Amino acid sequence: MDVTRLIIVAVGGQGNLLASKVLGEAALLSDIPVHMSEIHGMAQRGGVVESAMVFGDAKSTIISDGHADILLGFEPAEALRAIQKCNRDSTVITNLHPIPPFTVAIGKGKYPDLNQIQTLIRNKTKRLIAFDAVALAKKAGNVLAVNMVLLGALVETGLLPLTNEQVREAISTRTRKAFLDINLKAFELGNTAARA
Amino acid sequence: MHKLLSTEPGKKLLLLGNEAIARGALEAGVAIATTYPGTPSSEISANFFEIAKETDFYFEYSTNEKVALEVAAAAANSGVRSMCVMKHVGLNVAADTLMTLAYVGVKAGLVILTADDPFMFSSQNEQDNRYYAKLSGIAMMEPSSVTEALQMIAYAVELSEQLQEPVLFRTTTRINHSSEIVTTGEIPKRITKGHFQKDPFHYVTVPAVSRKLHQKLLKHQKAARTISDSCPFNFTEGSGNYGVICNGVSYNYVSDAIKELKVQDTIKILRIGFSHPMPSALVTDFLKGCDKALIVEEGEPWMEEAVKAIAQEAQITVLIKGKGKHFFSRLYEFDPAMVKHIMADFFGLQYSPVQPVDISGIPEIPQRPPNLCAGCSHRATYYAVKKAAKGLDTLYPTDIGCYTLGLLPPLSMADFLICMGSSAGTACGFSTATDQKVIAFIGDSTFFHSGIPPLINAVFNHHNFTLIILENGTTAMTGHQPHPGVDMNQLGYSGYGKVSIENMVRAIGVSHVEVIRPYRVKKSIEAVRRALEFKGVSVVISRELCALFAKSLKISRGKPFYVSNKCKNHRDCIEQLGCPAFYIEDEKVKIDADTCIGCTLCAQVCPEHAILPVKASL
Ligand code: SF4
Ligand code: SF4
Repeated sequence: MDVTRLIIVAVGGQGNLLASKVLGEAALLSDIPVHMSEIHGMAQRGGVVESAMVFGDAKSTIISDGHADILLGFEPAEALRAIQKCNRDSTVITNLHPIPPFTVAIGKGKYPDLNQIQTLIRNKTKRLIAFDAVALAKKAGNVLAVNMVLLGALVETGLLPLTNEQVREAISTRTRKAFLDINLKAFELGNTAARA
Repeated sequence: MHKLLSTEPGKKLLLLGNEAIARGALEAGVAIATTYPGTPSSEISANFFEIAKETDFYFEYSTNEKVALEVAAAAANSGVRSMCVMKHVGLNVAADTLMTLAYVGVKAGLVILTADDPFMFSSQNEQDNRYYAKLSGIAMMEPSSVTEALQMIAYAVELSEQLQEPVLFRTTTRINHSSEIVTTGEIPKRITKGHFQKDPFHYVTVPAVSRKLHQKLLKHQKAARTISDSCPFNFTEGSGNYGVICNGVSYNYVSDAIKELKVQDTIKILRIGFSHPMPSALVTDFLKGCDKALIVEEGEPWMEEAVKAIAQEAQITVLIKGKGKHFFSRLYEFDPAMVKHIMADFFGLQYSPVQPVDISGIPEIPQRPPNLCAGCSHRATYYAVKKAAKGLDTLYPTDIGCYTLGLLPPLSMADFLICMGSSAGTACGFSTATDQKVIAFIGDSTFFHSGIPPLINAVFNHHNFTLIILENGTTAMTGHQPHPGVDMNQLGYSGYGKVSIENMVRAIGVSHVEVIRPYRVKKSIEAVRRALEFKGVSVVISRELCALFAKSLKISRGKPFYVSNKCKNHRDCIEQLGCPAFYIEDEKVKIDADTCIGCTLCAQVCPEHAILPVKASL
């Protein structure tokens, strides 16, 4: 089976660990080998959280620079920061809703321009899918569902060895029942965003 | 029911390495487990803690790793299978116990898990704990994957019983924090009580006894070497005249590289999972069939030195390479592309590396360092100390915990840190060797762990400094584990005692003790000032629950604050406090109401009194 490598970057608290868990569970349900690793140093203290997921016949749980087939960014500046994980043929999906780091508030550094982020990523990789996932999460009924929106866009690209049905099933088993309708709605809105 | 208690054998679960290890312990019949929390090992114990609530499995958060190991050692010598879990530097603390425990040995299996942290994702050093196996003379196991971690625990427990010695189980962060689909085995019935068979002339390590025990240890080591040679976790793969010897996660990178380079018939692998003692017969055989060999291991040239020594014994002269220029580094962690590259170079293989995107033209992206939470009590304490110490030539030894983040601006309240407890110990030295005003910071859990002996030392030797004990009611950084100062009844647990830091400090003989509530800014500054004026050892206990922990307990602190139009843009709040609830919009300071916990600190700091609580009607 071919190997597909996915990097997910986010800011602590954005729910990306749940997103990777859902993908892992979907792989389990679909009998697809998966290896993943997480670095969440001090996620709850506002640091960067990175997960690497390797689908298919490989043993490694981390992804070297240039080796990600897909980069999923929960935050635009973090997507750009992680761009060296990609190569010319990589696909990048990113949320466009910025979370400026605290260093910006205390005047140490300037948040990059959103248009510039998109142009840079677009020029350096094969494809960029960028949209405001927070707005779609709100539309689905809960801003916290931003992870499900992004999953929807990710799976819709068809680059993962997982179908929308399989991931929807994993969402149903892995996320809290009270949020299930919102999560599935968010996932579908993500599907649509990636088709646009 | 806890998911790791599933009794359905053959069930497929997506598990984190640390969950798999906890499950492995259950499948190995381990009945007693101890720890002092430390990343990357923390989730193992977090799962044990939960499991112990539901079953007859006994688990404890011990005050430090040395105590944890002694609890487990006694249990194992009473015939109960035990496990002791710690991060790599924890084994330094437990080393005194380990070295002679190896002489004494065990009756029932004892596995000591050390979670090493190459690259120091969350540690103060990246020491390679494999040397502890060699130093103490005990056997060591190293898994390469999550699945293997689960299976190896049972093997390690059996091995420990067979050798009558503790077994070191060494993981690295990328095992602890990786996930994989694993298949569960059966959980046997645990034996939770044993009986200690007295035998003082084997158990009481006076010199005459220890001289015999050392002989016994060497005998056990010899037996271990034989087992290592036939251990199923030491195996070969592939064929060819080139050889790679590897361990841990490096095996995954080597194995993927061989597949991608399609050289299964050129390069063979010797994967070492039972790494101390090294399987010398196996290594000799392997080297005999090689024209040259590469050793792939993160950290120190531990296997490399052993393999070279084995080759010398066997008079094998093939080229053996591992660490060095153009080869592997002793620094940080490896990655698959780096391993593939060095292998291709060494073995002269065709290889076109993937080019990462060129990063030219990418603007500098502002760093996103972790920050103390909004409303973290440490921020308030640091502010009070800074104000009270204004004008003094200060020196701030600090310690290990969330408060180490006080290193970063705008707080900048950390000058020196070595290890757990070093704040108070080095404060003794700094105050002797300099005339600077020494103010040391230590968290409550760290104080229990290793802050007490240096404080006693300070009182006895008449040192002159102020120790600020940040009593926030939890071991915050590693995920809010309890410690002896926590009121467990209040958290809904029974069967625990409680140790008062204040009583203990007074009992040690510290004559000037202040207790502050750090959100009361003015009072706190005054109290710290009094403590700083005192000549001799003074202690300030800053008591306030960790904000994040309070949130998880649903203890609300009140309404969030907002910046009213009285604000004159001094930005004292941002520049002196750096609470992450602040942000700048249209050149004005704003407070994010969802992040602010209403600690009131900034409201007390603002010279214009412009920061006000959000009214209920708003
Ligand atoms: S977890 Fe608690 S102690 Fe740590 S930074 Fe947050 S509030 Fe402070
Ligand atoms: S009151 Fe001020 S310092 Fe406290 S959490 Fe809110 S914004 Fe931060």
